[in-house]
Amino acid sequence: MLGAAIIVFREAIEAGLIIGIAMAATRGVMGRGAYILGGVGGGLLGACCVALFAARLSAALDGNGQEYFNAAILLAAVVMLVWHNAWMASHGREMAAELRGVGAAVLRGDRKMLAMSLVCGAAVLREGSEVVLFLTGIAASGSLSTGELLGGVAAGLVGGAALAALIFVGLVAVPMRHFFSATASLITLLAAGLAAQAVNFLHQAGVISGFDTPLWDTSGILAVNTLVGRMMQTLIGYTDQPDAAQLAAYVATLVVMWGAIKWARGGAERGTQAGTPAKSDRAPPPLRT
Amino acid sequence: MRNVVWGLMLAFGAVSAGAISALAAEPVTVELALRGHRFVPDELRVPSGRPILLRITNHDAEAEEFESSALKVEKVISGGQSFTLRLRPLAPGRFAFVGEYHAATAKGVIIADKGSE
Repeated sequence: MLGAAIIVFREAIEAGLIIGIAMAATRGVMGRGAYILGGVGGGLLGACCVALFAARLSAALDGNGQEYFNAAILLAAVVMLVWHNAWMASHGREMAAELRGVGAAVLRGDRKMLAMSLVCGAAVLREGSEVVLFLTGIAASGSLSTGELLGGVAAGLVGGAALAALIFVGLVAVPMRHFFSATASLITLLAAGLAAQAVNFLHQAGVISGFDTPLWDTSGILAVNTLVGRMMQTLIGYTDQPDAAQLAAYVATLVVMWGAIKWARGGAERGTQAGTPAKSDRAPPPLRT
Repeated sequence: MRNVVWGLMLAFGAVSAGAISALAAEPVTVELALRGHRFVPDELRVPSGRPILLRITNHDAEAEEFESSALKVEKVISGGQSFTLRLRPLAPGRFAFVGEYHAATAKGVIIADKGSE
């Protein structure tokens, strides 16, 4: 049972942290709970489907279906996080006013919430499918009783939920003055780390080759397969043996994020000067198609 | 806007530069089986400095996740299936791997050294 709990918890770390950050980052947006819950539920449903068709997915695209799938999910999450930060940059002032109780209108952020909902769903989908595969295997082999299995799953999920709560409480405790820059920074590092993970899957699929020699090895200090290592991997994109391609993806994401925020902020200021304040539910121009 | 363009160019440059460097040495193929949630053999010797094709066959009925942070690989292999993993050329040394779903029994190590074939 402990083994099952540990595996479920390991897989729940990333999703837990991301959900906690998403909840904190969308503070003050109406109906955010439903959006995030919807994302998690959709992710779980998707995870079961993925697990059901795991063999077929694995065999797809010359046996690299799994890698393409993981890379695509990670990169989609990166895009959504960039969008979120850009949206925040162009609406940050009204958000802050709203949270202080100064603003009169209830903030509606439907499209923005969709982005965060998808980010949560993606995290649950990716790790959840691995949990479902593991659990169906255990259930089929009969090595654990149903009670032990369910107990293990529950313990692991409680651990993941505790992490989500912990990071949420930690972020919400940040003084309002620094709250938006704190969440924006965390989301930037999170996105950069996910991009680096995606590169690893592209390497595995053979899409990228070369530039795969580890630049340095800090596994002696903090191995990425430990619990703390895994948390740091999600939070800041830590990896103990990064290669040049991963580093490039990490830095590129930081640059793109910085550019998107700067541009969105500039757009918001231009809008204010022209006497047409930006609407709170409008998507930032960069991703508006 | 210029920053965004630069960022995209940087990302694209990194990817295409990686693709160009694909002219690597002949890969070495090694076989690994999974039976009763154990790897057979649990110790593989490979030459260092050459790309490796690691063919893993899962003879068990249940799925297993082959995972190694040292090799930077994680791959779910369904029951009864086999898969060939591409590994980067390794520096001499030991690279541990586990089957994450049965980590108590499914573990092994790849040993890369200069002379070994």
